Amino acid sequence: MLIMERRPEPSRWMSYLSPVLAGLLTLLTGALVFSLLGQPPLHALKTFLITPIADAYGLAELCVKAAPILLCALGLAVAYRANVWNIGAEGQLLMGGLAGSALAVQFTDSDSAWLLPAVLLCGILAGMVWAGLAALLKTRFNTNEILTTIMLNYIAFNLLQYFVHGPLKDPHGYNFPESAVFADAARLPILVDATRVHQGTVIALFVGAAVWLLMGRSFLGFQIRVLGRDSRAARMAGFSEKHLIWLVFLISGGLAGLAGVAEVAGPIGQLVPNISPGYGYAAIIVAFLGRLHPVGVLLASLLMALLFMGGEMLQIELNLPLALTGMFQGMLLFYLLACDALIVYRLRWHRKLPVPATVVTS
Amino acid sequence: MSTAQYIDRHLPANGDELLQFPSRLALRGISKQYPGCLANDSIDLDIPPGEIHALLGENGAGKSTLMKVIYGLVKPDAGEIYWRGKSVRISDPSHARRLGIGMVFQHFSLFETLTVTQNIALALGTPAKEMRALGERISNVSARYGMRLNPDRLVHTLSIGERQRVEIVRCLVQDIHLLILDEPTSVLTPQEVNTLFVTLRQLATEGCSILFISHKLHEVRALCQKATVLRAGRVSGACVLGVETTSSIARMMVGDSTPISTTYTKVRAETPFLSVVGLNKATHDPFGTTLKNLAFEVRRGEILGIAGVAGNGQEELLAALSGEEPVKNGDSICLPDAAIGHLPPDARRRMGVAFVPEERLGRGAVPDMNLRENGLLTGFMQGLVRRGMVQSEKVVTFADQIITRFKVKAAGSHSEARSLSGGNLQKFIIGREVLQNPKLLITAHPTWGVDIGAAVAIHEALIGLRDQGASILVVSEDIDELFQISDRICAIFDGRMSPQKATAETTIEEVGRWMAGDFDYGEDAGSAASQVSKEIQPC
Repeated sequence: MLIMERRPEPSRWMSYLSPVLAGLLTLLTGALVFSLLGQPPLHALKTFLITPIADAYGLAELCVKAAPILLCALGLAVAYRANVWNIGAEGQLLMGGLAGSALAVQFTDSDSAWLLPAVLLCGILAGMVWAGLAALLKTRFNTNEILTTIMLNYIAFNLLQYFVHGPLKDPHGYNFPESAVFADAARLPILVDATRVHQGTVIALFVGAAVWLLMGRSFLGFQIRVLGRDSRAARMAGFSEKHLIWLVFLISGGLAGLAGVAEVAGPIGQLVPNISPGYGYAAIIVAFLGRLHPVGVLLASLLMALLFMGGEMLQIELNLPLALTGMFQGMLLFYLLACDALIVYRLRWHRKLPVPATVVTS
Repeated sequence: MSTAQYIDRHLPANGDELLQFPSRLALRGISKQYPGCLANDSIDLDIPPGEIHALLGENGAGKSTLMKVIYGLVKPDAGEIYWRGKSVRISDPSHARRLGIGMVFQHFSLFETLTVTQNIALALGTPAKEMRALGERISNVSARYGMRLNPDRLVHTLSIGERQRVEIVRCLVQDIHLLILDEPTSVLTPQEVNTLFVTLRQLATEGCSILFISHKLHEVRALCQKATVLRAGRVSGACVLGVETTSSIARMMVGDSTPISTTYTKVRAETPFLSVVGLNKATHDPFGTTLKNLAFEVRRGEILGIAGVAGNGQEELLAALSGEEPVKNGDSICLPDAAIGHLPPDARRRMGVAFVPEERLGRGAVPDMNLRENGLLTGFMQGLVRRGMVQSEKVVTFADQIITRFKVKAAGSHSEARSLSGGNLQKFIIGREVLQNPKLLITAHPTWGVDIGAAVAIHEALIGLRDQGASILVVSEDIDELFQISDRICAIFDGRMSPQKATAETTIEEVGRWMAGDFDYGEDAGSAASQVSKEIQPC
């Protein structure tokens, strides 16, 4: 009989091995699903995971897709360290894109060097405001942030739809639900010619280093970690729970807002109804897959970007539904949570005990 | 199998006097292995009918595991249990109760919102129609054994001592042959302890065997005839208490290498450092205690001990003093140059106030952080942080300093806090605060649940800090400890503070009366306030 028993102490080894194991199990299940769909599994997996990045352009696209995921996931990793479960990166990202666009379309003829920083800042602030609403509700009324941030996601989505179909619609755009195209001064410069790799990628890497410094080296990061692991110890030591909750909400909201504005000011170049294929949600998986550590999050965001690209490739090459991307993301999270049980527990083969002799009473 | 056969087969042939009588309960070779710890290692134990038998040992010696084995909560890996001469396998507590074994736990398992009768009925599985009869039986039993108890009272209105009576009566209303009591005196005032002993002696003369678990030697000597001493999971001695001296029994408990106890000189200090005047605090917890017009002071270079039975407002007082729950009226808690009652904990730390909470893992220290990080937790003002960045080398040095100076047994400063034993972690936490040279150290139950060696080390650290001129406040339920280390002593009862006296000028009996609320605090708050202000000038 296979039994699960508690380890004497959590296994450090297993906490790094678990994402790898989850990846392998996802691949195996994926292969099974492909063969059930009537595709040769190896070929389908190759189309899904290798073909999209087989050339230089593919690698460049990987960076383009990974940047917003990375930005969102870095912020979430900070929040989750403090046990603040911000599920609202998607909404904060949309608000960032919306607010940045609202500013950018006012200056479609400008060539000022200040425009781009102003647009980016506007996006960051909008993300912070959106996350700040949840922070206010949590610190004032002790509202569960998981519920409020999810609800705010839908509000943000509908606000974006309203503006892109209404006030921000390009008056010369033949009634398409799109804003005017931004001025070049409002766009993130392209880094590599003939690709879409833009400065947002560099910003994301820079933010990654900053988050590593914050969480790994600074006293503020230490306070955040203490709060997440043991809020009573944090209170005993005099770390203000309220301030820290506000701080992690503002960091994660600001970074998600930056991701959103970097999308409209980067590869898209205008406000459209769908600026994100679910980057904010994918970032939740990325944060956990990367063990809430900046380096892990970087690797996991590349993998997640690959899943987005692979899903499109499957649709183009093999005529498979795009929903496969979501399915693979879901499987990855599912297996990761299952494998994480092995950090605290271990499996052991246990021979069945003989049934105890009947109870003798006096 | 007859009793005679049982003795022939299972007991060693040497002439141990216990063998002359059939034991009510006999254990042979009981062993229990937990992951990484052999809690019981082939333990033998004999309790004849009507004997009050002590099970002695330090925390972690295996007492709890052994009594859980007897009560059917834990299945032993090896060994035999004989109940009235017959081998039994006790499957669960209800089976143990059917056999006639009752147990009173250290932590009560009572529903606070139900009455005494309802609580006992729940344990017995009494049908509703027999409740009235049960209530009468409870009254009869409690009257017969001198434990006054009103069966219709709600449990949350009972004092801790009364709640313990409910637990004992719950055992007595059944047909009982062996009563196990786990550290029953730790929650009682000295007077209540004496009453309990009268009851237990009466039970024993009626033929009920009693297994009395404790680590307080003088109580055991007062009550029990024989004792079995456990150390590190093994029986380190079995003795007749009249024969052995207290120190020889203590040696059996702790082994040869550990110092047993020391006496410390008392000092007389005059200048107040912490002044608490008119401290009121309503509780939000329905079962919490409201602090009512507390007044006391801790002087420079002295240890003030606050005695009291758990749940009389200690937690609320400590939270108010540490700043975890600041009070509205900041003036009610004062240092010489500032009112601090309204300030958060970090502001108080900056003024030299250090705090050691009751819970070590999960308040005093973060369980899954290492000792370096746990040193930083409150030591961050010792130059460990520069321009917002943690100075990791200094953090390591600070942790190593604590470990060497206070002889913390750990694999190193990289060890996680949870991997340390309770005593070693407490030495680390006390050391962390002492090394910061606080002007005022507030400690809650500093040696609760630690072994004697660690307790001595902790006491020495506190005395050393006192001799450097710091003020120390110790809140403890252990009255012996308070008499040992404090220079002045008082007691808290129902959120009110007794008078304070020099320890040398009072007695355990007097403090015991204070713990039971027998002191003059004035009926209305107004007169109490005026009475207090005569003694202590508000800041």
